[in-house]
Parts: sequence; structure tokens; C-alpha cells
Amino acid sequence: MTTARRNTGWLPRYGVYGAIALLLAFNIVFTPNFLTGSNLRIQLIQVAPVVIVALGMALVIGTEGIDLSVGAVMALAAALIPLYLGYGVTGAILVSLLAGVVVGLINGTLVAKVGLQPIVATLALFVGGRGLAVVISEGKLKDVRNEQLIHLGSGDLFGIPVLVWIAALLVLVVAFVIRRTVFGRRLLAVGGNRPAAELAGLPVQRVLITVYVLCAVLASIAGLLSVARIQSSDASSVGLLIELSAITAVVVGGTPLTGGRVRVLGTVAGALLMQLVLATMIKHNLPPSTAEMVQAIIILVAVYAARERKTR
Amino acid sequence: MTPTALPGAFLNRRAERTDRLVGAVQRQGALAVLALVVLISLFAFPDFRSWDNAATILVAAAPPMLIALGMTFVIITGGIDLSVGSLYVLGGVLAAWASQYGFVAAFAVPLLVCAVIGLVNGVLIAYTAMAPFIVTLATLLGARGLMRALSNEGSTTYLVQNDAFRSLGTGSLFGIGCQVWLVAVVVLIGMVLLGRTRFGNSVYAVGGSEDAAGLMGIRVPRTKIAVYLLSGLLAGLAGSVNAAKLGSGVTVLGAGMELDAIAAVVIGGTLLTGGAGTIGGTVAGVLLLGVIQNLINQVGNVNSNWQQVISGTFLALVVVAQIYLVRMRRGPS
Repeated sequence: MTTARRNTGWLPRYGVYGAIALLLAFNIVFTPNFLTGSNLRIQLIQVAPVVIVALGMALVIGTEGIDLSVGAVMALAAALIPLYLGYGVTGAILVSLLAGVVVGLINGTLVAKVGLQPIVATLALFVGGRGLAVVISEGKLKDVRNEQLIHLGSGDLFGIPVLVWIAALLVLVVAFVIRRTVFGRRLLAVGGNRPAAELAGLPVQRVLITVYVLCAVLASIAGLLSVARIQSSDASSVGLLIELSAITAVVVGGTPLTGGRVRVLGTVAGALLMQLVLATMIKHNLPPSTAEMVQAIIILVAVYAARERKTR
Repeated sequence: MTPTALPGAFLNRRAERTDRLVGAVQRQGALAVLALVVLISLFAFPDFRSWDNAATILVAAAPPMLIALGMTFVIITGGIDLSVGSLYVLGGVLAAWASQYGFVAAFAVPLLVCAVIGLVNGVLIAYTAMAPFIVTLATLLGARGLMRALSNEGSTTYLVQNDAFRSLGTGSLFGIGCQVWLVAVVVLIGMVLLGRTRFGNSVYAVGGSEDAAGLMGIRVPRTKIAVYLLSGLLAGLAGSVNAAKLGSGVTVLGAGMELDAIAAVVIGGTLLTGGAGTIGGTVAGVLLLGVIQNLINQVGNVNSNWQQVISGTFLALVVVAQIYLVRMRRGPS
């Protein structure tokens, strides 16, 4: 595992863009009404929450971790919003972001200080978090009628949905953090080789905890945006199985599960590709069951192509 | 053993004793907690104290027990199988659909299909060096898609059309449901397989150190494939047992079932790093989660979603305790 470690081929790096181009070409030719503004708009709105969650997941996977609790965090954020809307939109948003920070701190502490495997540490909150969210919301679907919040979910800015602007902004921020900040370099170092990072004197535990907090906060942003879009809060359904979509987007985008590398644009492309696959199948009257099986195959191909070759 | 000049035998014996004690807590902890919880609830909840209730707990625990049994094998090899929840549902739908062709088909079809998917998991994991969790994540999606395709996107519910198969789920023997006896037999077979056979030993060896196992001449890929095949098979069996109980192939159950199974296995003292664990512990873990669920139902007006909160908290506590126990055993180095 020395020099061959970064020896990954072109397929995991650029395959996702090629696949998007192919699917786009197919759709432009064969799908009626594909290139209309309203269709593109719907696709972008639908993909925005997945992109936001996947950004956090990419950071966690970059440290050789995984976060299964993102769906539960979305549910928690969604459950808290209607409770605190009385204090104004800002208050409600802050409270739901705070919930993300708390969950992230718990995950991060379990991983960094206690030394649990990430999959188990976040499993506990995956199981308990959604239960807690449903308990908080008393299992009821609550309508949200706050004008400002609804504007976040369905408003426009320069003809493009606010939701999409927010997602794009977050993509830029995360890309900047990874490429241009000390924290970003440290994150990759920890993911690439944790013992070496420790020996080099990096604050490994602090970096890990911060990464899990960031992931959970991004998930809670996605949760509150979903509430704003649907204009109601249902803790038992918000973000259900989103951890699968997020992991898929990250993996298809070419980020290796072994850590040490984060492909932010690839992650966005991965999310777009999966959305495009789904949309193409729906528009050609293929049932969702077929879409799921195709997704399974895409994941396997992507991981197979990106797997690290063993040097023996 | 110790290189430093400790006052020899005395300290050594004490260290040995702590070591053994810690090991016992790690292995039997779930059983002890289970005994404690049962004892307390026997006194605290009058409704808990009946044969009927005990039978209810056992019947409810039957499918999770099968899934957790397969998961124990997988986790001991250091892997994980996320596809079992989907396979459980798929197995149920297949069993209900196939019951129109007779008793044997109602078992054979789900077992065969789920075993094939388990085989795919195993082959991909053993020969391509892909992480178990991502491979089984993909088959989770694939199996769910297959199930939905079979049931016309979840809109068709097949009814069980075979009386003999149905009676397996509704009938009882000595006051306890037939499926409980079936599960008990399977668990016993599993115990023998893991504890008393060459295959069982190679499962532990692969989980302890894959490289060392390979160098010892154990067929590592073959062991891994067998383990995932077994896990798929048992998930399919769990599905068909459940279909026999419900009388139909319900398409909406089973989400999160894999995580319950992992939780039960971990609570039962099996290490997620592989190489250590027992089926007895898993049985205690499954029953413990089942008893907690039952107690929450007994208390009545408690929101049933607390069940998940309690399981999650419990899981976290157990894993953290396990980590510290392992560290105590290995000494403070």
C-alpha cells in the first residue's frame, strides 16, 4: 500500500460526468418536454436536499468514516421547526441547527474519543434519533404556514429557486473548505493515514468531531429546507433512507470509501446522475422497482471501479 | 509474560482474575441484564407474569432471531450484512406468492432466491475487495426493487393459500407457537455449526485475522461466501415464517430490520471488529430487545416510539461498555 494507493483509473474520476452527458443526450433526443424550464426546475429542487446531505457525507467519508444518522437528523430538525416557529423563523432555524450540532457532537465524540467504529457509533442515533423526532412531534403531521419559511422552500431569486441557490452556495463553501483551508488539509490527512496524522501532531480528535458536527448540521439544513418545501413537518417520513442516496452520490462521484480524498464536484454530479436516472425511468414509464435495481447496479459498478487495487 | 519485575505470582494472578471477570461480563452481560429485567418485570408488571405473554414475546422474537443468527456469523468474520431487512420482506412476499404451489414451494422459493442473493453478496465481497457494507447496501436496494416488482409496486398483497403452511404460523405445540420450535431448532444447529465444526473455527479465524487465516491454509473466500449465503438464507426463512404467521406477504415491513439485528448481535457481546462472539449472546440480545418492546406495550400509554429511543440508547451504552471492557482486558497499554 505505498505508491499504488492513488493509482485509480479514469473511470471513477470522470465516469460520472460521462454518464450524465450520455443520459442528458438520450433525454434530449427521446424524452418529450425534457428541456423545458419547469422540468429542469423540478429536477433541481428534488436533488437539492440530497446534494446538501451528500456534501456532509463526503466529508465524513473523507476521514474514512460513515454517518448513518443523517436521515434521523433531518427528522429531528423537521420535528423541532414547528415547535419553535413561535419565536420567529430565525429562532426556529437556530434551534434545529443546534439539534444538528448536538447529534454531531455525540457522533464525533463516540468516534474520536471513545474509538467506536463510525458505522456503529452513528447506528445508535439512526435507531434512536428518528424515534425521538416522532416522540417530539407526537407522531403528528404539522402544517407550516410561516411566510418566510415557505419562501425558503418555494420562492425564487433571479428565476432560480432559493433552495437551489442555498445548495449551490453550500457546495462552494465545502469545496473551498476542502481545498483552501487548514482544516480541509487536516481532514484529508486524518482520512489518509490516521496514525501518521497523529504522529505529525495534528489535532486528530478535534478534526474528527468537527467533521461529524458539520455533517449533522448540513443534514439539519436539508431537514428544515424539506419542511419549507413541503410546507408541513412529518418526522416519520422526512429524510427516510436519505443516507442511502447520500452514500450513493458520494461513491458514484468517485470519492473512495477508504478516506483521504474528497471529490466535492463529483459528489454533486453523483447526486445529479442518480436523480437523472430516476427521472429518465419515470418519464419512460418504468416502475420505481426497476429504478431501484438499476441504482443497485450503478453503486456496485462505481465501487468496483473505484476500489483500491491491492498491492501484494 | 510481563517483562518488568513485578512482584511475580501475586500480581499476575490478580491480573488474570480481572481478565477472566471482564471476559465473563463481556460474554454474559446481555444474559445478566436480561435476567435482571425479567426478574424486575415479574414483580412490577402483573400482566407480564403469564404463559400467554411469554409465548407472545417468543413468537414476536422468532423472525428477528433468525436474522440475528445469520448476522452473528457475518459479524464474527468482521463483515456486516445490511441486505437482510430487504431479504426478509422479499422472502415473505415470495413465500405468500409461492404458497399457491404447495407447502414445499412456500419454503423452497424464498429460501432459494434469498440464498442466491446472499451468494452474490459473498462472491462480490470475497473476490473483489469491496467493502461488505457497500455491497450489501446495493443488494438491499436491489432486493427491495425485486420485491416491489413482484408485488406490482407494492399494490398487490399475496395471501397465503396453503393451510399446512399457514398452520405453521398459527398452530402451537405444547402451548408455544410452532415457529418458535422451528427457530429453536435452527438456533441449535447454528450453535453446533459455529462452536463444534471446522467451518465454525474458520469463521472465527477469518474474523480474528484474515491474513493469518489464509496463511494457515483456511479457505478465506469460501468461508466468507458461506457466511453471507447463510445470512441470506436465514433472512429468507425469517420472511417465510413471518408470512405464515401473518397469512400474507406484507410489503411494508422490514425497514430497519437489519439494524435491529446488528443491535441485538452487538448487545449480545459479539465484537464488530470480528473474531469473537457467541450465538448464546445473540439469543439473549434478541430476547432482551423483545422483552423491552413487550414492557413498553404493557405500560400502555407510553408512546411506542420510545422503543426506538430506548434501543438506540441501549445500543450506544453497550458498545461503549464493550470498548472499555476490551481495553481493560488488554491492559492499559
